[in-house]
Amino acid sequence: MGYAIEARCLTKKFGDLTAVDSVSLSVREGEIFGLLGPNGAGKTTLISMLVTMRKPTSGSATVAGFDVVKNPGDVRRSIGIVFQDPSLDEELTASENLELHAAMYGIPGQQREARIKEVAKMVELSGRLSDQVKTFSGGMRRRLEIARGLMHFPKVLFLDEPTLGLDPQTRAHIWDYVRKLREKNGITVVLTTHYLDEADLVCDRIAIIDQGKIVAQGKPAELKGKLSADRVTIHCRFPARLKRAVWGQDGILKADVAGGRLELRVSDAGRKMPAIVSIANKAKVAIRSLEIRKASLDDVFLHYTGRSMRDEPASAKDSLRIRRRAWGRGR
Amino acid sequence: MKTENHELVAAYFIWKREIIRFLRSKSRIAGSLGMPLFFLAIFGMGLEGALRSSSLGGSYLDFITPGILAMVLMTASVFSGAIVIMDRQFGFLKETLVAPVRRSSIVIGKSLGGATTAVFQGLLILFFAAILGAGVHPSSWLMLLLLMFLISASFVSFGIAVASVMEDMHGFQLVMNFFIMPLFFLSGALFPLSSAPEPIRIASYLDPLTYAVEALRHLAIGKSSMGFGLCLAVIAAFFLLSTSAAIHLFERIES
Ligand SMILES: Nc1ncnc2c1ncn2[C@@H]1O[C@H](COP(=O)(O)OP(=O)(O)OP(=O)(O)O)[C@@H](O)[C@H]1O
Ligand SMILES: [Mg+2]
Repeated sequence: MGYAIEARCLTKKFGDLTAVDSVSLSVREGEIFGLLGPNGAGKTTLISMLVTMRKPTSGSATVAGFDVVKNPGDVRRSIGIVFQDPSLDEELTASENLELHAAMYGIPGQQREARIKEVAKMVELSGRLSDQVKTFSGGMRRRLEIARGLMHFPKVLFLDEPTLGLDPQTRAHIWDYVRKLREKNGITVVLTTHYLDEADLVCDRIAIIDQGKIVAQGKPAELKGKLSADRVTIHCRFPARLKRAVWGQDGILKADVAGGRLELRVSDAGRKMPAIVSIANKAKVAIRSLEIRKASLDDVFLHYTGRSMRDEPASAKDSLRIRRRAWGRGR
Repeated sequence: MKTENHELVAAYFIWKREIIRFLRSKSRIAGSLGMPLFFLAIFGMGLEGALRSSSLGGSYLDFITPGILAMVLMTASVFSGAIVIMDRQFGFLKETLVAPVRRSSIVIGKSLGGATTAVFQGLLILFFAAILGAGVHPSSWLMLLLLMFLISASFVSFGIAVASVMEDMHGFQLVMNFFIMPLFFLSGALFPLSSAPEPIRIASYLDPLTYAVEALRHLAIGKSSMGFGLCLAVIAAFFLLSTSAAIHLFERIES
């Protein structure tokens, strides 16, 4: 299978700041590829170079087979974009927004009407086509932007935080569209999101980007497997004694006592548990309960960036920002 | 040949967007016509008696009507050029910037759209002037309309050019206050240049609006203190200059 995107040593500098630092990545055709990273990691900047909005400081990339610097026109015709920040004309109706897009992307006049209806149906906005966008909710706007990005049958769809600030139901809905798109039309999707569990469900492969560099890349399962550190929590009488007993055993990577429990990081915990239980018995520590949690993308994220996505207050702030923007423009 | 067609269609829909937005913002129409109407009523009526005996060769209202028309065309046009800043702030600009169309097509669509709405407002002010008693009897409405369109398109482009390098509305407002007001007062819209002191007259020859006002006078009331050909040549030059500046600066946005 061919590659929809190939980037080689892509770099973008803003003055002294290197926002994207020599990023190389390949995305296969028909793949859903997730870019994950903390705020300011360079995700949007990386995407803006791939969609020909910004010129790379150095390095090169092809999208849908076209060079982003030498052939921006062909790249633009082959891609659909949903920007991180809102980009609809709120004074226009939904259908006027779609019509303008169709015209700018060279969809012939006699097909425009039908295509508008088609994409509106896809995102369940058929009944609202003739309403001004300023009367739309955040979720409806996002869906309209996705519909707009799909108007011209793109081969690659870029979604920069398509679900930021939306409620869980709407988010699930949007990911549903994304999966269907890939199944039905074989579209390649590149997305960024702050919701790691959703990325885990939706993406075939992900790249974790931190301070402009890709620090890990692969299938979510592979990345989690590589960490090989499941969390084991043991509630017991003498956690400190148990800690001394198990410490140094094969596969025990980390052991901490917290309250009445022992927190372990264990590689391949399922297999190690019998051994751990028998050690506890020998040490005469009665285990009250025992819990194994498989590594999540959060753990992967923490491992590679030293930060937890959950700790970031940013998502609340971002949704506030989006809501405020929507408000300010509601007039 | 397919791409040419595509660029034209894109420009047409950009034009259409300007028209739709204009028709949906009644407050914008009211806002842009308020001041000129005030000028017409107060100056036109109020100074009528005082200036009747002067060298105008007609009523003062007749004299300032083309001047106020030029003012309406200029302010309405420059502000539709400013839409670029609003589009940037509200995010829509990105959608147009990554579309596979030439930036020049977008500028041309915007400029024609803004000019259309400005000409419409110009016609409204002519209508009000006629109600107040101004003698507007153009020898050729078609010529007058074309001239109004050319003047407007020049100033929309001027607005786009300024807006392309401005971050927000405040900077734009500042620039505009330092441009629009002086351009208007120096243009001879309110007083005959022949009776103005030397320095002012020289400055007004550097003001493109002066030529717009004189050309409009020529076509609308049949009296002008400058050759029509010269005026037209200067306006055409200003049009070419501002349009190329708009295209050049708009192309440079975010790349
Ligand atoms: N136009 C610009 N000028 C200067 N610096 C910029 C510009 N755009 C982005 N940056 C900087 O580049 C870095 C990467 O920003 P970017 O928007 O790509 O991050 P991100 O990963 O998309 O973050 P977020 O999750 O908040 O969207 C940040 O430090 C940001 O401040
Ligand atoms: Mg971003």
